[in-house]
Amino acid sequence: MVPKVHDEHRVDHGASANPAVTPAYWVSYPRFLLRAARLATDGSFAFYAWMTLLSAVFLVGANAWAHQVAHGMITTHLTDHVSWGLYIANFTFAVGVAAGGVMMVIPAYLYKDHAMHGVVILGELLAVAAIVVCLAFVTVDIGRPDRIWHMLPFIGRFHFPMSMLTWDVLVLNGYLLLNLHICGYLLYTRFLGRTPNPKWYVPFVMISIVWAISIHTVTAFLYCGLGGRPFWNSALLAPRFLASAFVSGPAFLILTLAVLRRFGLSVPDQPVATLVKIVRVTILVNLLMLGSELFTEFYAGGSHTASARYLFVGLDGHTELVPWIWTAIAANVVAAVLFLVPALSSSRFVLVGCVLAFAATWIEKGMGLVVPGFIPSTLHEIVVYAPSVTEWKVTAGIWAFGLMVYTVALKVALPILSGAERVQTDAERSLAAD
Amino acid sequence: MSSEPDEREGSSRRTVMKAAGATLGLAAFAKAVQPLTEFTDTLTREQFLQKHYKELDADEKQAVLARLEAEAKATHGVDVTIADPPPIEGVKFAFAINLSLCNGNGKCVEACHRENNHDRATNQSYIRVLELERGSLDLGSADSSYDHAVPAPGKAYLPVQCQQCDAPPCTDVCPVEATWKEKDGIVVVDYDWCIGCRYCEAACPYHARRFNWTKPEIPAAEINPNQSYLSNRIRPQGVVEKCTFCLHRTREGRLPACLEACPTGARVFGDMNDERSEIRWILANKRVFVLKEELGTKPSFFYFFDR
Repeated sequence: MVPKVHDEHRVDHGASANPAVTPAYWVSYPRFLLRAARLATDGSFAFYAWMTLLSAVFLVGANAWAHQVAHGMITTHLTDHVSWGLYIANFTFAVGVAAGGVMMVIPAYLYKDHAMHGVVILGELLAVAAIVVCLAFVTVDIGRPDRIWHMLPFIGRFHFPMSMLTWDVLVLNGYLLLNLHICGYLLYTRFLGRTPNPKWYVPFVMISIVWAISIHTVTAFLYCGLGGRPFWNSALLAPRFLASAFVSGPAFLILTLAVLRRFGLSVPDQPVATLVKIVRVTILVNLLMLGSELFTEFYAGGSHTASARYLFVGLDGHTELVPWIWTAIAANVVAAVLFLVPALSSSRFVLVGCVLAFAATWIEKGMGLVVPGFIPSTLHEIVVYAPSVTEWKVTAGIWAFGLMVYTVALKVALPILSGAERVQTDAERSLAAD
Repeated sequence: MSSEPDEREGSSRRTVMKAAGATLGLAAFAKAVQPLTEFTDTLTREQFLQKHYKELDADEKQAVLARLEAEAKATHGVDVTIADPPPIEGVKFAFAINLSLCNGNGKCVEACHRENNHDRATNQSYIRVLELERGSLDLGSADSSYDHAVPAPGKAYLPVQCQQCDAPPCTDVCPVEATWKEKDGIVVVDYDWCIGCRYCEAACPYHARRFNWTKPEIPAAEINPNQSYLSNRIRPQGVVEKCTFCLHRTREGRLPACLEACPTGARVFGDMNDERSEIRWILANKRVFVLKEELGTKPSFFYFFDR
């Protein structure tokens, strides 16, 4: 996974390359793709070991999903009472990670933070990988993946604008396309050794900022638009989704930057410091909203708070999620302390804080959000749920696939951005052939 | 890409290794997803490409019905008729239950199970009967899994099934329009169009919808051969289903199976547009209520007490 960023020989050639003699697009674009393919598959032993590990986990997941499709979703532990579970929980969390990437884009483009600009592609590529994860989780959750074409606008019957799920299809795929375009354009122009034309990407970046907010808002609306589920039917849901997304996304990016630094890439301190500042605010906003939610649920009481009681204190002797949610809250509080107490803001404590905050959000916005919505059921019956082995395998497989996408994306993008990987002019090619 | 000979040799060795790795990876992937063929082998081209119910013209619909009958014969060895009765012009169906008469005997649950060709293993039914403490309509203290002689002292009973809402949240959320409200008020599902996302199941406030977690299993001798496309035909795996007021019966002038089976006479079914119907008489003369009225779903399903 180590990009070759200091290939002096290549950089010299690049500096003298005259854009006027770079090959035509129809020649240079295939070369760009070819170079990307080479960068994606060439690497150190550590890179191959990492990719092999991820492939193995992915294959286990793919196999479990194939069985699920063949034998039905009886292979999950979902029921008519708890009809969404681990898959939709992870989907919701992954939307947050995708939206969280924008916390690099905003400083880089709106506040003209030059240091952040240098690494902003990490956030944009994270959005791409996280959206791939989201789409995969939705696909494995549907009972008839062979009918997914029914959802295509014009070809199937796309129930827009009535169904919030169709909005989610549009915003998620739109966000994917926006980020693919931005990253693809920047990398290709860097590959050609040209200065990117702002006209061709800055407007898209601005749209992507608003779009990032929209993907998590629409995903919250999937839940809070359901009048029959009081646990979700709250106006706080979308803002809280965003607050926690802006914890988990930046936390993941801080960890990614630390890993890249570990592998020898020179990462400036300032972007990390900016991300830490962002998390300091968002983690508190998230905790404030949690407090607000707890007060509203528990002070007034009543039957509408049964789900919240199931989650936080247990209901009729059922306490399955109680240890999980308090672990998440404790982890969030500890992470907030690690981020906020100046004496602890050395990088190691912050990294621990990132891991804690990421895990806490995964619990709280995953299973902690989805499952209590169904417990008790709309007829107030309590049917508990814990994921099956199939569900865990498929989930692990999808996250492994997402990490593969992110690893490959970084592996291709970083050396091209640094100028180490550059298209050869015709003169260079003939020189190289001699 | 380098011109150094030793590096070139290294890179060709690497290319061979990469090709071997990619081949191995693809083979492993093919092996991993091989169970998919168990599913795809049973999926015909006609099934895969079938249009939405509302887009089928008369000929296409006949072909689909004939094909479904042939499939039932092939998989279950039973001759069934799958009709597609349209809504009766000017009729709007509604149901009412007299809670003073209902004693929780559960015959309606069983009748639904048989009539609608439900999966035998899970003992599926569209009706749940909740046992409540007398003196309260608090569903929080209700129990649907009671197993004792009825009526139990101090208990009351509340059968719940699809409320055929006039403002159904379940049809709004469907991303592919696989479920909709018909002219006679019945909310139906096109089992051949549903993608199985279960968003409708999350949206329904009455726990009225069921998902086919696996292929329903019914012994051939127990299959009800009188079927229709939008109601009780044997459902495919991975799709959502629900109560249809037995439209294969009621659209032909018969009564729903749950009503016929009820030994207490608690169930009343009829046409809201017919002023002389029993259901209209009940709405006019009894003190009637609906479940979760505050949600604004406007049920066509009423409850009342008469003593």
